[in-house]
Amino acid sequence: MTETEFLQWVRGPLFDIATIIMVAGIIVRILQILLLGRKRNLAEAKGSAAAAGLRTIITRSVPDRNTYRRSAFTLTTGYVFHIGLFVVIFLFAPHILVFQDLLNISWPALSTPVVDATSVITMLALIAVLIHRLIDPVKRFLSGFQDYLAWLVTFLPLITGYIAFHRLAPPAPTMIAIHILSVELLMVLFPFTKLAHAFTLFISRWYNGAISGYRGVRS
Amino acid sequence: MKKDQTLGEALRLKGISRRGFLKFCAATASMMALPPAMVPAIAEALEKARKPSVIWLSFQECTGCTESLTRSSTSTVEELIFDTISLDYHHTLQAASGTGAEDAREASMKENRGKYVLIVDGSIPISNPGYSTIAGISNEDMLMEAAEGAAAIVAIGSCAAFGGIPQARPNPTGAVSVSDLIKDKPIVNVPGCPPIPVVITGVLTHFLTFGLPELDHLGRPLAFYGNSIHDRCYRRPFYDKGLFAETFDDEGARKGWCLYKLGCKGPTTYNACATTKWNDGTSFPIEAGHPCLGCSEPDFWDAGSFYQALSTPTGDITRNTLYAAGAGVAAGAAIAAVNRKHRSSAEKRHEKVTIDDLEKESKS
Repeated sequence: MTETEFLQWVRGPLFDIATIIMVAGIIVRILQILLLGRKRNLAEAKGSAAAAGLRTIITRSVPDRNTYRRSAFTLTTGYVFHIGLFVVIFLFAPHILVFQDLLNISWPALSTPVVDATSVITMLALIAVLIHRLIDPVKRFLSGFQDYLAWLVTFLPLITGYIAFHRLAPPAPTMIAIHILSVELLMVLFPFTKLAHAFTLFISRWYNGAISGYRGVRS
Repeated sequence: MKKDQTLGEALRLKGISRRGFLKFCAATASMMALPPAMVPAIAEALEKARKPSVIWLSFQECTGCTESLTRSSTSTVEELIFDTISLDYHHTLQAASGTGAEDAREASMKENRGKYVLIVDGSIPISNPGYSTIAGISNEDMLMEAAEGAAAIVAIGSCAAFGGIPQARPNPTGAVSVSDLIKDKPIVNVPGCPPIPVVITGVLTHFLTFGLPELDHLGRPLAFYGNSIHDRCYRRPFYDKGLFAETFDDEGARKGWCLYKLGCKGPTTYNACATTKWNDGTSFPIEAGHPCLGCSEPDFWDAGSFYQALSTPTGDITRNTLYAAGAGVAAGAAIAAVNRKHRSSAEKRHEKVTIDDLEKESKS
C-alpha cells in the first residue's frame, strides 16, 4: 500500500466505519439510559424539577469555591485541557471543514499560531493530569485500565496532529493518515468508555438538579 | 562536440563566457541548497566533466516530460549543457528512425557499457507487452536490456517514477514504474506531471558534478523534493490567518487567499514548484489560481477529487450519520426493551418480606 492509498483508505472506508460506530454507539448508550425509566414519584412536587435541572447543568460547570480550594490543580488542569480540546477540535480551519461536510454549516477559524499554541498547552495539561494521577495515591487507587486508555486515545490525536502540522516526522501523507487514524480510534472508543461523559454529563447534572428541585431543596 | 572534449571546452566553443558559466554554477548551487563555497567546486567539476552518454527511453507517456525539458522559451546555459551531453538515443528528438535509431542505441550501449546514464519517461506495461512496443521490442525487454549496462537510471516524470496516469485505477495495461522492475541499479526519481525543466537539468548537473544526489524515501532528490509545496507557498500566510478562497470566483480567490478549501494538495506534495516556479520563473499553478494537484506524489490520479479539501472524509458522511442514527435508534430500543424485561422479571422474582415472615422468624 502506497502513502496515498493509505491516506485514501483512512479518509474513506475507515472514516465511514468510525463514524457509524460512534454515532450509533452514542444513540444506543443514551437510549439505554433514558428508556430504562424511573419509577413515578408519587410525592407531591415542591418545586420545579426542570428549572432546577437546567440550573444545575450551568452551576455544576462553574467550580465551587471550596472544591476549588481542595483540588485547585485537578480543576485548573481539567479546565485547561477541556477548553484546549474545544479550540483545537472546533476552531482549526481543516477541522471545521469536516464539520461543514457533515452539517453544511461553517464558522470562522482561529489563526494557526493560536491553535498551535493551544495544542501545546493542552498536551502539557494532559501530561500534568497523567503524572498527578500516577503520583496521587487516591487517584492512582481509583484508576483502572480504562482511565489510562481514555487518556491515551485523547492524547494521540493531539500529538500526531502536532507532528503532522510541523512535519516533525515525514512523509506528510502518512503522518496525516496516522493523525486521522488516531481520531478514528477515539471515535470508536468514545461511546463505550468513560469518554462518554461528554454527552452523559448533561443528563446526570440535569437529574441531580431535578430530584432536588422536585423536593424543593437546593441542589 | 568531440567525444573527448570536456564540458568547459564545449561551452566556451558555444560562446558561453566564464561569467555566464559561473552564474549558472552559482544558480545551481543555490537551487540545490548548497553553500556558496561549493560554487568553485561545481565549476571545476563541470569544466572537467567528460560528456556522458545518455540514452533516453520513452514508454507509456504523453511526451509532456520531453516537452517540459525542450520548450524553454529562451536559450539557457542549462539547455547548452544538455546539448553537450551525448544524447545518443531519444526517439522523439532524434532524426534517425526505425532500424537506424535502434542501431544507434545498441551501439551506444555497447560502447559506453557501465558508464551511460539511462533516462526513462513513461510507465512499463507488464500485463500484455503488446500495449507498448518500440521497433517490435516490448518496453520491459528494452528497459531490462538498457538498465543492465547503465551507471544510473533517472526516472523522469510520475509515470516512470511511480506508474503515473497509466497506472491509475483500473490500470488496464498493468503499468508499473521503473523501480518496480529494477532493484539492482541506483535510480533517481524525478516525478511531476511533468517535472520542472530546471529540476531535470539540476539532477543531471548534480550527477555530472557530485554523482548521485541525496534522495528521500521515494527516491527523489532532496535538493528539489525536500520541502512541501505548502511550506514554501507564497499563499501560506493566508492559510495561517484562516483566510481561504471558498470558490474560484469569490472575493478570497480574487485576493489570492489560500486554496486549501478548494482541494489544494500542497500540504502532502513535495516538489520545487513554489520556489523554482515554471516558464523561466514566471509562476506556478497556485500562483495562477488553481490548487496543487499533487502530481509529484505516487497515485496522485487516484487520490480522490482534485477539488475536495485534504482534511475531509471521502465518503458521504451525512448519509452515513443518518444511517448510523437509524441503526442506533433501533438497536437502542431493542436493548432497552431487553433491559426492561430483565428488570420486570427480577421484580417478579423478588420475594417481599412481610411482617408475618418476620414474626415467624422471631417465634422460632
